[in-house]
Amino acid sequence: MKNSVNRDLPEDVMKDLNYKPFETTEIGHPEIQRVAPKVHVSTGDDKVVTSIKQVIKDTLKDGMTISFHHHFRNGDFVFNTVMREIIDAGYKDLTLAPSSLTGVMNDMVIEAIKAGTITNITSSGMRGSLGDFVSHGGLKNPVIFRSHGNRARAIEHGDIKIDVAFLGVPNADALGNANGMEGDAVFGSLGYALMDAQYADKVVLLTDNIVSYPNTPASIKQTQVDYVVKVDKVGDPDKIGSGATRFTKDPKELKIASTVNDVIVNSPYFKDGFSFQTGSGGAALAVTRYLRQAMIDNKIKASFALGGITKPTTDLLKEGLIDKVMDVQDFDKGAADSMHTSANQQEIDASWYADPDNKGAMVDQLDVVILSALEIDTKFNVNVMSGSDGVIRGAIGGHQDAATAKLTIISAPLVRGRIATVVPDVTTIVTPGDSVDVLVTEYGIAINPKRKDLQEALGNLPGVPVYKIEDLQKLAEQKVGKPKPLEFTDRTVAMIEYRDGSIIDTVKEVKD
Amino acid sequence: MEIKETAVAGTLESSDIQIMISKAATGIQIDLQSDVEKQFGDQIRNVITTTLNALDVTAAKVKAVDKGALDCVIKARTIAAVQRASQTTDQPAWEVL
Repeated sequence: MKNSVNRDLPEDVMKDLNYKPFETTEIGHPEIQRVAPKVHVSTGDDKVVTSIKQVIKDTLKDGMTISFHHHFRNGDFVFNTVMREIIDAGYKDLTLAPSSLTGVMNDMVIEAIKAGTITNITSSGMRGSLGDFVSHGGLKNPVIFRSHGNRARAIEHGDIKIDVAFLGVPNADALGNANGMEGDAVFGSLGYALMDAQYADKVVLLTDNIVSYPNTPASIKQTQVDYVVKVDKVGDPDKIGSGATRFTKDPKELKIASTVNDVIVNSPYFKDGFSFQTGSGGAALAVTRYLRQAMIDNKIKASFALGGITKPTTDLLKEGLIDKVMDVQDFDKGAADSMHTSANQQEIDASWYADPDNKGAMVDQLDVVILSALEIDTKFNVNVMSGSDGVIRGAIGGHQDAATAKLTIISAPLVRGRIATVVPDVTTIVTPGDSVDVLVTEYGIAINPKRKDLQEALGNLPGVPVYKIEDLQKLAEQKVGKPKPLEFTDRTVAMIEYRDGSIIDTVKEVKD
Repeated sequence: MEIKETAVAGTLESSDIQIMISKAATGIQIDLQSDVEKQFGDQIRNVITTTLNALDVTAAKVKAVDKGALDCVIKARTIAAVQRASQTTDQPAWEVL
C-alpha cells in the first residue's frame, strides 16, 4: 500500500492499527465528536498526599495508558520518580503517552520496556539511547509518533485515552490550582500538559511547593485534579532550559539566517500585523535578530509570535515590535520569566496552538514559519526524525503543524560534515513537501515550483541565488559523494502520523 | 615509500580525519572508525588505499578516525602521514597531489 507521497506502508500493521494512508495536507471541514473524561466526584478536601506509591496503587491497573509532560526537559525528576515506583510495583502492558521524551528519561523507559511494564509508546519524538534501542527492535509494538497538534487531536478524539496523567508542577495549592511560573523549577508555559489535565480520567499533580489556596493564575484548575502529591524536588532548574541564549558566531549559520531574513522581508507577507514562528536552533535565533532590524527599518510590527518561545522573541515583545506572544512552551529562562511578567504573553494549550480538528487553531493564522531539517528531498519532503544512519533521533514537535503557515521556510546547511542535507529522497518523511515553500541554504535558496507567486517575488534578490532544488541536491552530492544506501529489515519499529492521524511514513528496524 | 616510523596527520575536529600510519610486515591493513561508516566506510577505505598505492606504499598499518571528512581531506591527511612516517617531508610527492 502506497500513500500520496509514494511511501510503501506495511499492509498488516496498517490493518492491525486501523490506519489510513496519508492523502493530503488539506484538513477540510469534517464534523468531529470529542470525548470527555470520567470524573470522580469530590469536594476536594483530601487531595494532598505524600505517597506517590499509594496514589499509583489506587489509580493504576495493568494495560492502562499513562502520561507525562516534557516541560522540565532534561531537568525532569518527576518522570523517573513515578516510573521507578511503577516498575517496582510490577505493572505490565502500560501505554506510555507523554507529550515527548527527553534524554533524562531514556534509561528508565528502556528499563520499563525490558521489564514488560511498557509495551506501547506514543510520543513527539525520542533521541539518544532510547531512539537507538527502538531502532534496533527493542520494543515489540511500533512507536506512534505524533506532532504536538496531532497529540491534542488524538486526545480529543479518544485515540489516546489517558487513564492517569502524572504532571509535575513548580507550584500547586491543596486543591490542585497550578501554574508553571512560580517556584524553584519554573518553565513558563504548561501548554502541552493542559491537554492531559483536561482529558485524563485521573490527574495527579506532583509538586515540591504547596502554596496557599486559591493559587492564581491557575493554568491547571482544581476542577481537573484528583491528587496533589508533595515530593522533594520536581526538577533541576539549571537543566530545564539553556540559561542565556547565545548568539551564533558560525558564519554558515549567520549566512543562512540573513538569507532567511531576505526571503521574509521580500515576501508578500512582510507587512504591518504579520505573524511568525521560529525554532530554537542557532540559525533561528539569529533570524530573530535580523528580523528585528528589518522591522525597525521598515516600521513594521508583528501581531503575534507563536509556538516554542525564546528570549530573543520576548525581547521583541518588550520592545513593542510584537503585540502578543502566543506561548505553548518556553525554551529558556528568559522566555519563562517573561511569561510571568508580561500580560501580552499568553499561555496556549496544544489544541489552541496546532490541533487541525478545531474551530481554528493558531497555526492556521500563521504567516511565516522558519523550521529546521535533518534532510529535505527534491520533492521538498522534510525529515526531522531519523538520522543519517537511519536511527531515530528526533522529534516531530510542531513541525508538521507550523508548516501549514502561508510561508514555510526550511533553513538548513547544504551539507553537515560528510552528510548531505538536500537528498534525492529523505529517509523518513515527517512533513510533506506540499506544505513547504522555500528552502534556504548557505549557497542559495530553492522555491517550491507550486509557489509561482514566490518565484516571482524572490526570483531576483541581490545576493540570494535561486536554484532548482534538484541542482542543490546535485551540488551537495558533488561535495560529499554518493552514500551507500542504508539497510533496514522488514520490521516496522515506528509509525509516523501526519497531523490528521493518517500515516505519512514508517521507520524500519536498522540492520547492523 | 617505506614506512620507517609511526606518524600522525589530521585532528579529531569535525570534517577532519586523523590518520596514523605505522610499520607492517606486509600488506595494507586499515582500521577505520567513522561516524559515517554505514554510508561512506567503503569509500573512505578506498581513498586511503588508492592514495597509499599512488605513493608506492605496499606495507603499512593505518588507523583512521574519521569525523566526516571529504575525500580531498582524506587524501591530504594520508599523504602527510605517509611522508612523515617515511621521513620524506623534505621531498613532497608533488605528482601524487
